[in-house]
Parts: sequence; structure tokens; C-alpha cells
Amino acid sequence: MTLEEKQKEIVEDFAIYDDWMEKYEYIIELGRDLPIIEEDKKTKDRIIEGCQSQVWLDSSFADGKMHFKADSDAIITKGIIGLLIRVLDDEKPEDIAKCDLHFIQEIGLHEHLSPTRSNGLASMVKKMKMSALQALTTNDSEQKA
Amino acid sequence: MDSTIKRKFSVREIREDFPALRQTIYGKNLIYFDNGATSQKPQYVLDAINQYYSKDNANIHRGVHHLSQKATSEYEASRKFIAAYLNAKSSDEIIFTKGTTDGINLVASSYGHLLNAGDEILISAMEHHSNIVPWQMLCERKGCVLKVIPINKKGEIIQDEYEKLLSSKTKLVAVTHISNSLGTINPIKEMIQKAHAVGAKVLIDGAQSIQHDKIDVKDLDCDFFVFSGHKVFGPTGIGVLYGKETLLDRMPPYQGGGDMILKVTFDKTTYNELPYKFEAGTPHIAGGICLGKALEYLNQFDIESIKKHETELADYAQDLLLTFEDMNIIGESKKKTSVVSFIVDGIHPFDMGTLLDKQGIAVRTGHHCTQPLMDFYKIPGTVRASFAFYNTKEEIDTFIAAVEKSIGMLK
Repeated sequence: MTLEEKQKEIVEDFAIYDDWMEKYEYIIELGRDLPIIEEDKKTKDRIIEGCQSQVWLDSSFADGKMHFKADSDAIITKGIIGLLIRVLDDEKPEDIAKCDLHFIQEIGLHEHLSPTRSNGLASMVKKMKMSALQALTTNDSEQKA
Repeated sequence: MDSTIKRKFSVREIREDFPALRQTIYGKNLIYFDNGATSQKPQYVLDAINQYYSKDNANIHRGVHHLSQKATSEYEASRKFIAAYLNAKSSDEIIFTKGTTDGINLVASSYGHLLNAGDEILISAMEHHSNIVPWQMLCERKGCVLKVIPINKKGEIIQDEYEKLLSSKTKLVAVTHISNSLGTINPIKEMIQKAHAVGAKVLIDGAQSIQHDKIDVKDLDCDFFVFSGHKVFGPTGIGVLYGKETLLDRMPPYQGGGDMILKVTFDKTTYNELPYKFEAGTPHIAGGICLGKALEYLNQFDIESIKKHETELADYAQDLLLTFEDMNIIGESKKKTSVVSFIVDGIHPFDMGTLLDKQGIAVRTGHHCTQPLMDFYKIPGTVRASFAFYNTKEEIDTFIAAVEKSIGMLK
């Protein structure tokens, strides 16, 4: 499934909920299902401090693809992280770097990704893209070498 | 508005005065419990803002034309009204600022100029960042020493510790009248007396008290009192620094520019008198006028009726919240204003706040710009419901049902 198809699938998943509370019930469920990041990986360099909630992000690059694990102390933030990981995990760095995460707007959760929301999510997306770009540059230079 | 005969205190009628309260959010009637962050504005203030910009707009103090004189006289009348409202000795003691933060920065910079290395400044452990950081910056600049008066678990300043910290080295005590995170009302009058006994000056952060109680600066005998207009039903971007005239006179200007000068040459500039010495540039004229209107609006009511209603709301909310399992009220002083800060074990305040929002309820979540205080309680933050005189018990019932629903979803 392409990155674009995954976004479309999430939008369809959310289409069945017309009530905000139902939507959040689903997000909370996603938050509970998200495999937690190992305690030893919750280190300072992986922490993204938000004003409201904290996020930990662990990115890695293997076999030409990016892999993400993340966690948060707030369950709603964690649920939204789950959605972001569903879209971006196991994708090529070039696709991640250029992708537009329009699904967030379409399911009405864009407020959570606004930089002024300060729940750490906007910084997390930025960091995911940065690590994809980094992987891309490293990959390029390795190939050239 | 005639304030000699007080208006009957009717919450239903008061609510009619606040158009922002009559709206739906996500299809629910808005319940506004974020009054600690900012208050809604009555029609009386909104009309005054409209009147100023649609009819009276002109720059003040320098114009010879009719509108300029009208705007000047309204702006200065507002200053006079505020001086009388606070029981200041004269309107020269009322400096218009951008707000509480601006007022504290003015004092830190300008009064700070008179301090020397080794001089001590005392703040409490429950201060808002805006009553911490300006002093830290001053200490870095001048080599002064910042000392923190500890609090107990209930969220009260430990008076014995305060007395121990006071000495001839103490030059300034900067404390909040009411804690924005906990709601604690500090015994500032006694604290001011104790500070004066060692020769220290006192700045009171009144951001959370001006809307809940009558402030009498003469009776308190504080040296500085700062507050923001927007928390007392007035506009944003305007506030007041009250300072004793003798002190303000000794302090150098804060910012340079127009209005604060008597004469400028390239060799030397002489500064204007109080209060203009501290008001460089074109001020927030509409803000100054309308802050006066907001205090006029508030002054229609007997403050004791407001206090009684607000205390009832806070007690009612707190009692109902305590019926939930794993509920912790943060800030348990017996002397509290209408703020209820809480955290439920296992539930992050951000999650609770998000779900309450979607049920039409505006509360504040997070550290409330008091990170050291949250560190003291070892919590990431709280959910804070802060009430104003236009809130009702019915709204609290709806809020409690929403909290129950949220706990059900998050546990």
C-alpha cells in the first residue's frame, strides 16, 4: 500500500464517526494499541518536549526504508502518533520527505498538528521528515562512495 | 455608570451582558471555565471600544484639535478612575502598561537599576513565569540574588520560612496575590508589613486578584501592584502598574521615545513627569479608556456578592470532583479563590482537556506557566477550571458529567 493509499484508508476509517466523542474514543483505542517504546529508549535525545504533552521518537533506517517508534505520556497524543506511524513507517525516505499529510486535515485533527498546539506532535512530524532527509543524504553519499 | 447605588447581583442578568457566553461550540452551549487565562467582555466594554474607534479615534496629549483633546481627556479620565478604584494617592501613580508581564518587566528593569550586586530579591515557589524570569534576568545583569520562599503541600507560602529569608539584604519581595495554578490567596498585607520591617519594597502580582476582590493599595501599603486589563473584563494589551510616587520618581525611565520627554536635544534629553515618564510612544489609547470602562462595569456590583457567588461555585465544583475515584485537588489552602485545579491518577491533563473541549467546555490544561510549581508537586500539569461571576451551578453540573464521561473513556 502506498503512502497515499494509507492516508485514504484512514480517512475512510474515520468517515463512519460523525460525533467528536466517538472519533476520540477510536483515537484513544489506537493509543492503547500502539506498541510502547522501550523504557531504555526514552532518552533525552529522543524526547520532544511539548507545552502540554511529551513525545518520544525513535527513528531508524534499514533496507532503504524508514522505521519509527514513538510514545507519549498523553493517550490522545499517542493515538495520533499511531496514525502518523501507520502512514510513515516502512516507507522510503524520499517519499516521507516530500509527503503532504493531508489526512490529518481531512479527519479534522489538524489542530493537534498546529505548531501553536504545543503537544509535541508538530515537532515530531518535523523530526520524522528530518531523519528521512538525513537517511537520504547518508544513503546518497554511501552509494557515491 | 453610577456606582453609589449597587446593582442587584443576578447571574442571569449578568450573563445577558456577555455576548461571548451565548454561543455553541461543537454543537454544545459554551461553558467558559478558563477565566484565569482571560475573561469575557461585557457589552458595556465592547460598546466603548466601538465608540472609540468609530468616533473618537485620535492621538493623545499632543493634538490641538477637538478629537485629540477628547481622546486625551477620556484616556486621562480613565487613569483617574483607576487611581480612585485602587485608592491610589494620585493618578500619577497609575502607569499604563501592556499587562502584568510588562509591568513586572518595567519594575525589574527600572527599579532594578537602583539595585546593586548582592542585593536580594524574594519570590515565592508558586509564582507565574512572568514573576520569575524578569528577576532572573535582573540578577544576571546586576549580580543580585534571587531567593525562593518555599510553600507547603496545601499550596501555601510557609510564613516562618519567609521571615527567615527576610534580612537587611532583601531589597524587593515580589509575590502573587492569588496563585493562578492553585487559587491560593496569599496573606499579602502581613507579608508586606514584614518586608517593610526590614526595609524591603514589595511588588504584588495582582493578575488573578483584581477580578475577584477589591484592591486598596493604600490599605495594603504595597509599593507596586500590577495587573492586566483582559483578566478583569477589559481588552488585551493593556494593564496597570501602580507604584508609590516617591519610588516611581526615583526610578529611571523604562523605554525611550515620544511622550516620555520634556525636551530633546542631541546633547541631553530631559524626561517628562510621572506618569508619562514611563509611557513612551503612542499608548494603547482604546485599551486605556476601556480598561476604565471594565472596572466601572465591575464596580456596579457589591464585590462581596461576587466573592460569595464565586466561592460557592468553587466549593460546589470541588465537592463534586472529589466524589470521583483517584481525584487529586492541587491547591488545598483554606483561603482560595474560584480556581479548582485537579489531576486524576492515570489520566494526563491534556487528554482530559481535549475531551472536555469537545463537549463544549473550556478549561486550561498544562503547567499554567508555573513549571517550578508543577515540579514541586511532581505532576506534568493540571486541569484547571477557573470561574467568574457569570458562571453557574448548572454549568458545573454539565462540567461534572463531562468529567465523568472523560474519565470513563480514558481509564
